Amino acid sequence: MKHLLSTHDLDVPTVAAIMNVADHMSEINARSVPKVPALLGRTVASVFFEDSTRTRVSFETAAKRLSADTMSFSASTSSVNKGESIRDTIETLSAIGVDAFVVRHASSGVPVSVTEWTDASVVNAGDGWHQHPTQALLDAYTITRELGTGNTLAGVRVAIVGDIKHSRVARSNIDLFARLGARVTLVAPGMLLPAGLAGPGITVTDALDDVLPDVEVLYMLRVQRERMDAGLLPVGGEYSARFGLDERRARMLSGDAIVMHPGPMNRGIEMVMDPAELPGSRILAQVRNGVSVRMAVLFRLLGDGQLGA
Amino acid sequence: MPAGSSFVRIRLTRPPMTAAEVLTRDQVDRAIARIAHEIAEKHPETSSLVVIGMQSGGVWIAERLAGHLARIAEAPLTGSIDVSMYRDDISMRPVTPVAPSRIPVDLAGRTVVLVDDVLYTGRTVRAALAALNDHGRPGAVRLAVMVDRGHRELPIRPDFVGKNIPTHLDDEVSVGPEGVIVARPGADV
Repeated sequence: MKHLLSTHDLDVPTVAAIMNVADHMSEINARSVPKVPALLGRTVASVFFEDSTRTRVSFETAAKRLSADTMSFSASTSSVNKGESIRDTIETLSAIGVDAFVVRHASSGVPVSVTEWTDASVVNAGDGWHQHPTQALLDAYTITRELGTGNTLAGVRVAIVGDIKHSRVARSNIDLFARLGARVTLVAPGMLLPAGLAGPGITVTDALDDVLPDVEVLYMLRVQRERMDAGLLPVGGEYSARFGLDERRARMLSGDAIVMHPGPMNRGIEMVMDPAELPGSRILAQVRNGVSVRMAVLFRLLGDGQLGA
Repeated sequence: MPAGSSFVRIRLTRPPMTAAEVLTRDQVDRAIARIAHEIAEKHPETSSLVVIGMQSGGVWIAERLAGHLARIAEAPLTGSIDVSMYRDDISMRPVTPVAPSRIPVDLAGRTVVLVDDVLYTGRTVRAALAALNDHGRPGAVRLAVMVDRGHRELPIRPDFVGKNIPTHLDDEVSVGPEGVIVARPGADV
């Protein structure tokens, strides 16, 4: 497997291999000069047809810390505005010389199509409602390292809260967490729970207060405001009252529970309190681990030529 | 052939190999003790040394050397280094990191004793020298190996050697606390 397109590509030994390499990358990232020559002479192109400053910066930092060259292409500044097709873009960049494409697009399945237009490795950095596999990896990595569970989530009680239906982060995380053995509770209004998510270890509820005392990991999803505007979500205050994390709910968490969020946060909507006041917050650890995990993925794909163990 | 050496015919799925034990457990123990004395003789301030084992085969030897040094003189600092990210053959063959490096101190100005089990082409040592420099510029780096099997591809030379063992290119040398074995494909006893 020379691509990372979906969490379905990630069997348990592959995840363990990536996490072990990510530990190396964390050691490198803690140095005063966080850079190694591993991918010297390789080129990583980030091709984003949908805005995402954080994910793009995380991938580009990862590539640079491995000494790869980086190219950056975003739809708003590119000739896509002149009608150039995605395929033309990929073929042109491939001809310049690219070893890995990091692709984000608002439509599901675009990264898979990209694999047909280039010999380079392709990493999905988020496609529509479909998948965001490096987010799932960095979240699983963060949980295992914070809770000290090795490379597994066996028996770990995780609640994922919010707009499950429209979230590729939720879709990716549910799949990966369950494969690693977590007991996942999805907390959302019924209309935001897609059918077909039930599976071993997965339960569903709309009562956040009931699950808080028992969870080890509280994972707050980002609310997409445009979905509120479209009438798919309860508006502001009502959403916060039912699904937002405020000081009262934070006190219901057990003392060693951790709180995660994929960013960027909507303060006052899903995050009603200041996360700096939340001792269990691991939101910045997620950001740091994101660089380590993306370094590990790029190293495995470009160094070994395969993702798996 | 050293006293106590023996030949064992071992069967693998690959071509048949003949394995010869070239160092016994006792000889390995004595070699490590001797190297520790040589290090202490050359570097009497042993407490300022940093003894660093290369992942994975050099780590146990580095720990044993540090234990001897602590008894002979004063305990050195110890650490381990994984050179995967510095290899010059990444993408030519699978490179799997073993464990994150553990360097206990800024190496700037320090004398480092780099420890590995087998010295062969010298490429792993070259990678280790590059890796060490990213933890500070050492004052000096010395190289200790249990086995020097020859066939260098780079101008690298050990300072402390357990045993020089002439080998063929396709020999397999394995080093452990229980002894050193050289396996040769197809050879007959």
